[in-house]
Amino acid sequence: MTALVFFLMYAGILVFLIGCIRRVLQYSRMPLHLRWELYPVPHEAPERVRHGGSYFEETEWWKKEQTANLAGELGFMIPEMLLLRGLWEFNRKLWYRSFPFHFGLYLLIGAAILSGMGAIFGGFAVGAALFTVARLLAWSGLALTTLGGAALFWRRLTDPELRNYTGLGDLFNVGAFALACGLVIFGKLAYGMMPMGAFAHALFTFDTSVKMPVMVSAGLMLGSVIVGYIPYTHMAHFVAKYFTYHSIRWDDAPNNAKIASKVAEYLTYRPTWLAPHIGGDGVKNWAEVATTNPTAAPEVRK
Amino acid sequence: MKDVDIRDISRRDPEPLVLPQMNELKPLPAGLGGVDGPAFTPLSAQTTEKCECGLDGVCALSLPKPKSREEEEVLVKKFLSGVEKLFTKENNWTFLQPLLLTMEACTRCQTCSDSCHLYEASGRNEMYRPTFRSEILRRIYFKHVKQGGVLSRFQHGDIELNWPMVARLAELAYRCNLCRRCAQTCPIGADNALVAHELRKIFSMEMGIAAKEIHENGSMKQLKTGSSTGMNPAAVKDNIEFIDDEMTEKTGIETHTPWDVEGAEYLVLHNAGEILAWPENPGAFATILNAAGVSWTMSSELVGYDSINYGLWYDDAQFARVALKHVGAAKNLKVKKILIGECGHAHKALSVIADRLMGELNMPRVSSMSVLRDIVVSGKLDLDPSRNNFPVTLHDPCNMVRLMGVVEPQREILRLIAPQFREMEPHGVNNYCCGGGSGFAIMSPNNFSDWRFQISGRKKLEQVLTAFGDCLDPAIPKYVCAPCSNCKGQMRDLFAYWNLWDKHQILYGGLVELIVNAMTTVKPGFLEWQWH
Repeated sequence: MTALVFFLMYAGILVFLIGCIRRVLQYSRMPLHLRWELYPVPHEAPERVRHGGSYFEETEWWKKEQTANLAGELGFMIPEMLLLRGLWEFNRKLWYRSFPFHFGLYLLIGAAILSGMGAIFGGFAVGAALFTVARLLAWSGLALTTLGGAALFWRRLTDPELRNYTGLGDLFNVGAFALACGLVIFGKLAYGMMPMGAFAHALFTFDTSVKMPVMVSAGLMLGSVIVGYIPYTHMAHFVAKYFTYHSIRWDDAPNNAKIASKVAEYLTYRPTWLAPHIGGDGVKNWAEVATTNPTAAPEVRK
Repeated sequence: MKDVDIRDISRRDPEPLVLPQMNELKPLPAGLGGVDGPAFTPLSAQTTEKCECGLDGVCALSLPKPKSREEEEVLVKKFLSGVEKLFTKENNWTFLQPLLLTMEACTRCQTCSDSCHLYEASGRNEMYRPTFRSEILRRIYFKHVKQGGVLSRFQHGDIELNWPMVARLAELAYRCNLCRRCAQTCPIGADNALVAHELRKIFSMEMGIAAKEIHENGSMKQLKTGSSTGMNPAAVKDNIEFIDDEMTEKTGIETHTPWDVEGAEYLVLHNAGEILAWPENPGAFATILNAAGVSWTMSSELVGYDSINYGLWYDDAQFARVALKHVGAAKNLKVKKILIGECGHAHKALSVIADRLMGELNMPRVSSMSVLRDIVVSGKLDLDPSRNNFPVTLHDPCNMVRLMGVVEPQREILRLIAPQFREMEPHGVNNYCCGGGSGFAIMSPNNFSDWRFQISGRKKLEQVLTAFGDCLDPAIPKYVCAPCSNCKGQMRDLFAYWNLWDKHQILYGGLVELIVNAMTTVKPGFLEWQWH
């Protein structure tokens, strides 16, 4: 049983990483799209960020260096990532459920990292200290994820506003997290278990002789499956979010040689849109389509 | 409110899925004295018989009903082929990444719904949720494009693809103003307005289906005659000459619009609708630019005198064609910059969306808001704010503000020239659309106007009346400054429908008119307090 638990834990993390890398590659290899920014753009100059303005407010904007306001971006992104600021602002009811869930997951990630470091420094005092903190994070993370997941599950199940937008998959996603964490908590409390340091050490050395309560094993196995499953669902929105913000909402870069060179390549693509006014015959490229006047007589369309 | 299930979109019976009921709409603002507007005009028997009207009893596209099941199947296949193309870089490199991210990352949490003025105004009609149409496309995408099996259905749900669904989706693509207020509130960054935009593209670019006003009488007419108004170069010059004469008489200042001046500082691009509907707007521009000593010109090259670019709302090819004509006209005249007049969508089209298409034609494009701000602040015009001493509020055109970030210049001007300027709430990048965005301002087929005035314009109506809540007395003239031709079109029709002029003396107009009205060198009373 322990061997299976350890195997699934490693496999879950591996499949998760592969899935995330695949997503990153998929999104980053897509063609540069037309500009589609949305204001406010936080890397604008601070005096413009305040009202959501852009460099277009200046009459000679093209003569000036583009503002690189990293502090502005971080000031937006950090509260968004850690505290779910958008939900707090626009959907407070959901925030009360979603924040504990997400923050619980962050704490669990933190606990896993600290446990790994603790296992590496096992023979030193720092190792013990790391395990102490990791234990605190793990308990808090498990509790928050269980509560948040259960609250999200209940909302999905009962809120009429979500009826059209909730399938079995959505219920499974949040329900399974809550169940996995709940099993670990309950199993540990009811049946006891080895200290966290010993567990981390056993996991790292693949020492399958250690014993775990069945409920904890079940929780860890379910959790591992869910972790591996995340990148293949919309739960991978943490990957997508980087692109939706940095590559779309905030991408206000004016045309330059690098952009022009990419677009020049796209203009050689041959569209196949069938409507008569497009004439996408798979032979004409985008540059030709864009310079054709569909209302002119055929011989003078260019 | 009738409960609508996503899968109802594929229902075969011809009955509308939902009919907006007057008593379910968001209550009207107090300024209207609790008076309901006219009820929705029912569709004529002829329209119902001949056109697809199975969505909400409103008909924007007049989409003809297929004559047979075979014809339906051909159309469904075409639609599906369009969906597939939408997710290929060869056909849709322009918006592939944003679309795919919205399809795959949206958690369907409905945070965006409350930000949508249509959803709110309709009394939270399920079908007008920003996510409703996205959910349909998402299910089609995972089922038919990604060829998802059991696991995909478990994750994303299922949907039946048939002609009634396609026909309803075509109409539904025209129940969104593309204002992207929903996208602004999405914590993930998903963009449900983009989905409406992309759906319109499938219908136009693959199936040749689009709103007549924006395609046949819009971008096609513009490419043929030079302007969607039908004005050819000779006609536009005649009209502008007439406007110059009128302005000279009205202002007491000799007004002259320069044409085809090579090497001028600015090529001024007006929405040609202004020339016909609100001639005082291009006239006021001429007065200001001449008084400030700006080197400028208009172009008589085909398309070069009409800034509109309706392709922005429904068709990438039409969009690119018009944008290239605009910048081509500027290049041919060897002007240094393009100055975009008071037209929101023209602002965004040429400055933002077309930016990466410019290639060798790339040249600076400047907002008239910024140039006018510089002129007003510079002191080149002698301005007397007391001439504008009446309540003024500002409407923020979505394309210019939320989608382009031109927020402050127009406010700086108003603070200087309009002593009773007050903001609407919310305003700036958090504004609400006028309800005419994405082409609706020029669309009024069948009973679509009722929908525009009762639903899409309802929130703006509330904002306007609230902004003037302390001075609704009709003895006090009031001015809604809307520096956008399409927004003005919507306000003209919306205010007339709700009788705001007679009830409250609320007028709408542009920004330049207020500037000219404040110029001490101009005869007093430039602004005419007459409904137009």
